[in-house]
Amino acid sequence: MLDCTPDKPLTEGAHTTGKINPIKTCQPVGAMYAALGIHGCLPHSHGSQGCCSYHRMALSRHFHEPAMASTSSFTEGASVFGGAANLKTSIKNVFAIYDPEIIAVHTTCLSETIGDDIPTIIKQSEIPEGRYVIHANTPSYHGSHVTGFSNMCKGIVSYLAESDGGEKKERANIFPGFVNPGDMREIRRIVTEMGVPSIMYPDTTGVMDSPMRKTYEMYPRGGATIAEIKESGNSKLTLSLGAWSSDEAAATLQAKCGVPGVPLRIPIGVRATDDLIMAVKEGFGVDVPESLEVERGQVIDTLIDTHFQYEGKTVAVFGDPDILVPLTEFLITMGMIPKYVVTGTPGNKFEKTVNGMLEEAGIEGSRVKAEGDLFDLHQWIKEEPVDLLIGNTHGKYIARAEDIPLVRVGFPVFDRAVHPLMPIVGYRGCLRLIEMISNALLERRDRDSLDEDYELIL
Amino acid sequence: MENECSVPTACIDERQFSIVTTGKNKSRIHCADDSLAGAVSQRACVYSGARVVLNPVTDAVHLVHGPIGCAAYTWDIRGSLSSGPEMFRQSFSTDLKERDVVFGGEKKLVACIDEVVGKYHPPAIFVYATCVVGLIGDDIVAVCKEASGRHGIDVIPVESSGFLSGNKIVGYRAAGEALLKLIRPKDGETVEKTRKLNFLGEYNLGGEKWLVERYLREMGIEINVAFTGDSTVAALKRAPGACLNLVQCSGSMHWVAMNLEKEYGTPYIDVNFFGAANTAESLRRIARFYGDEEIVRRTEALIEREMERVRPVVEKYRARLAGKRAAIYVGGAFKALAIIRQLQELGMEVVFTGTQTGKQEDYEQIGAIVSEGTVVIDDANPAEIEKFLLEKDVDMMAGGVKERFLAHKLGIGFVDHNHDRKDGLAGFDGAIRFAREVYATTCSPVWERVKKNPFEEAEG
Ligand code: SF4
Repeated sequence: MLDCTPDKPLTEGAHTTGKINPIKTCQPVGAMYAALGIHGCLPHSHGSQGCCSYHRMALSRHFHEPAMASTSSFTEGASVFGGAANLKTSIKNVFAIYDPEIIAVHTTCLSETIGDDIPTIIKQSEIPEGRYVIHANTPSYHGSHVTGFSNMCKGIVSYLAESDGGEKKERANIFPGFVNPGDMREIRRIVTEMGVPSIMYPDTTGVMDSPMRKTYEMYPRGGATIAEIKESGNSKLTLSLGAWSSDEAAATLQAKCGVPGVPLRIPIGVRATDDLIMAVKEGFGVDVPESLEVERGQVIDTLIDTHFQYEGKTVAVFGDPDILVPLTEFLITMGMIPKYVVTGTPGNKFEKTVNGMLEEAGIEGSRVKAEGDLFDLHQWIKEEPVDLLIGNTHGKYIARAEDIPLVRVGFPVFDRAVHPLMPIVGYRGCLRLIEMISNALLERRDRDSLDEDYELIL
Repeated sequence: MENECSVPTACIDERQFSIVTTGKNKSRIHCADDSLAGAVSQRACVYSGARVVLNPVTDAVHLVHGPIGCAAYTWDIRGSLSSGPEMFRQSFSTDLKERDVVFGGEKKLVACIDEVVGKYHPPAIFVYATCVVGLIGDDIVAVCKEASGRHGIDVIPVESSGFLSGNKIVGYRAAGEALLKLIRPKDGETVEKTRKLNFLGEYNLGGEKWLVERYLREMGIEINVAFTGDSTVAALKRAPGACLNLVQCSGSMHWVAMNLEKEYGTPYIDVNFFGAANTAESLRRIARFYGDEEIVRRTEALIEREMERVRPVVEKYRARLAGKRAAIYVGGAFKALAIIRQLQELGMEVVFTGTQTGKQEDYEQIGAIVSEGTVVIDDANPAEIEKFLLEKDVDMMAGGVKERFLAHKLGIGFVDHNHDRKDGLAGFDGAIRFAREVYATTCSPVWERVKKNPFEEAEG
């Protein structure tokens, strides 16, 4: 069986070193994804080509799109003498061959350990007129892919955002966090619906969910343009979605250009979506349009119609902190019991936040862990099972071993299609989550029921 | 041609010798060079090469010593099936952190090995060195040796730091060394010779090894152990007892076969079970080696029966595929050769092909079987792939995941021939499945909807 935990549950703390079946991966893949959200950008991986190939493969498998990135192709020489020459040659070659508007360099374990001084190397490189090279340090032995995403977002701000010192424009910057393009589209739609113009970056819509055009575009039509990013320094405020993926970039923009950041959660679930809308309403003095009120009303109506299907069910959730925090909150709103909440990304803030929410809801006996892995989660489930599992594709082993339905949310999802286009954020996202969760439970019920209990109307 | 290549200068000057057109270029192709800095290379790393070779050892723990990424990306990425243990499908990492990189990761590795042994008691642990580990100089050989002694199991170091080379082949070698270390009898131990054979370079993707095993059994021949599809540590240790080694994926296993011959006197022959013709030829070659009339008779009967089954299917698809144009870009030359032949059997014309790791001899073989005017590329990058897919007006491409979505975006059918596929393509059954897949993607109704777009028509 695909079960990797011992037959008998171990006592707590038995898993002490290393990771068994991780819930995170390394920084560069997050940086690469963020960089793809700039129009005309070629991400560049400064290290050996294996890393780059893995990261492209992971993104391709999740998004079902080509994911382009160049590499410094380190070999032993570079590792001994430093990678400056490789990076300079790379920059020259990339502009000559692939002609991007901008190159976003990120480091890997290797170049970090060697200690290559990227900003200096960039300064010494030949960069054609009107083109840009930006960078982020993304040592993979620190943080996770979420950290890498955050670092690249910060890099984009520090290199590109500008303030002309004049009056700020009635416009919102949106830092959407590490979410799918479908989510980014939906977040933007909500803000637009409220009549507020916005600049969003990174913006992978049109890049990682690009339509079939019968031709391949190395730089698809989506993504935030450099001009937009520059302009973001003149916006009135920044909606910073997701503490782990966006807050640092927002803080940098505030310090650099004086644009205040409003820290929010990624709008998953009713409360987090309400918060986003209220932040826009207050920030710009606009009214909430009827259309959004209708959407909210539909969600509440659906929750009322379906609550008995999932009320009181226990659920284990794992994935990235910025997704898990609002998702757990929504599960609580649904009346479910988040029994185990585990992220692979390190940091105590996560445990504190989630425990706080559980406490507020009066839910006891749950386990919350940062820097955990699926071994931990599986162990716990063996000790005390749950009704539903929510997380990425890697949860399917546990789902099968313990015979629990799995709802796929987060990164990576390798074994299903369409998900990058379908939002889980906003009120529409609420509906989709309700649909996925109740269908998973209902299908399970159908499967398990005896002939006499097999019902047409549930 | 309505499609313009998105990259104007797709062919980088430095790369011109890595691209040849058969019949035109008299010069030899440049291959096995390091990739160009700044290229969007489709190649992977040394660790990846080692990992794909060793991963199918089903009951071993594969412990990746490095930061989390290397383990996360290679977690269960092969379609190798197991008839028993599933340990190989779990992901173990020492998850190195900043402090480990500064102060060394040996202690953590020791702790991880201890923990893994305590939890699972595996018969062997492969410890893979990744980039950082090579750089900070952790002595994994010493740690493994010490741990082997302490726990009384095989703890085998795999020296696969990514930066050692830009070529996966170096990783294949590292894996080969690890395997030879694992199977070498300890002092005083002997392995008895048998009439069985080893099957090298067979990874049991989608049960391919089992399929060939059925053929061989019918012929009266037993497989001793495969390297490494559906193998266990104990079975691998019996490897020196074989009378013959079959080498399928030569890129990964030729070197191992040579060493098995040197150390244990076991001869080897090359085989290839992709495509009906290749399968038949390989089975005959094996039968001939045994030189037993009864085996030869049974082999011929099997081939005749299976060919009867394959022929009408191939004919059926051939009728629809004849004249269509195909491209192939895969990791190894062994696979490229096999696919070229199969596509030709289906009446298709291979107009563009290449590999990540081909050698000079491989490219000569490829050149000999494709028709004149075929473009052959070593270490292609996506811009080049795109350029030639368009220029050569390709209808279908065979390759791996990084090529799939590129082909799809260009409106070209695609068959996955990667090592992560889950449906076997070997043997006579595989030939049938391959033909069906090529047909399904090349002739999918979706392409009609792409061509007939009412919005475009309205625009004129
Ligand atoms: S962990 Fe380091 S070496 Fe491994 S894939 Fe990530 S960046 Fe590359």
